[in-house]
Amino acid sequence: MAEFFSMGGYAAYVWPAFLISIVVLAGLVINTLANYRKQQTILAAIENSQTEDTEA
Amino acid sequence: MTLSGVLLPWLIGAAALLMVVGFIWGLVFAPPDYQQGDTVRIMFVHVPAAWLSLLCYSLIATASVISLIWRHALADVAAKSAAPLGAAFTFLALVTGMLWGQPMWGTFWVWDARLTSFLVLFFIYIGYMALWETIDDPQKAGRAAAILGVVGFINVPIVKFSVDWWNTLHQPASISRLDGPAIHWTILTPLLIMAVAYTVFFFALLFIRMRTEIMKRRVRSLQLAQAAG
Repeated sequence: MAEFFSMGGYAAYVWPAFLISIVVLAGLVINTLANYRKQQTILAAIENSQTEDTEA
Repeated sequence: MTLSGVLLPWLIGAAALLMVVGFIWGLVFAPPDYQQGDTVRIMFVHVPAAWLSLLCYSLIATASVISLIWRHALADVAAKSAAPLGAAFTFLALVTGMLWGQPMWGTFWVWDARLTSFLVLFFIYIGYMALWETIDDPQKAGRAAAILGVVGFINVPIVKFSVDWWNTLHQPASISRLDGPAIHWTILTPLLIMAVAYTVFFFALLFIRMRTEIMKRRVRSLQLAQAAG
């Protein structure tokens, strides 16, 4: 197990490369989904207010 | 767009599965290289990120041409939605490349043709995204961005062939060669899995971001109609 983590002495390069890849890819997922939900909420609010206007 | 809606759950599932398989295979089961040792594992996150940077930019350039000729709004939406993803992949290719360069070349960075043209690609992405943000009207912004998108494509063949045209520290292509890949299958297999994983991941996020952008435009036109009425 220790051998695995040492990456043949290159742990200081291999692990950061994988870590930053995972962090950036995860960041893209979070950012993409957050923006999607935000626009959904805004659009729903506007469409709701418009149907109220036409009913009134 | 309806097609993307049907495909989307499958794309998300496939991307997640391939990512997990690819990361574990690359970190655990792939053997260390006889010359590069365990640093060869960096290739599994470096090469797919670099490929996707170029694929994404090619998509932006194609969409830009379609936008300029046929004025199709969906092409603008696709190009705009793809840009942040491409910028992120370019950033990853640069950073993982530096982390690979230090132990193997003895330096994080050299101003050679491949590395410099790739940094230029990153700046083109940033400039392209900034252009979209600076112009308020989506139609005008789309035209300006499309022109930049087409012009910036000049850099893509420069990146691709930089390793053949100039002497660089960076190695030439070892997968897309006429006489077949020059990598043993035990390392090539996880690399290709990661490449497919990154590609599927890219398209899954691209479709979600395009849906977001379409909603954004609908909100804008509803607000304009409200203000006018």
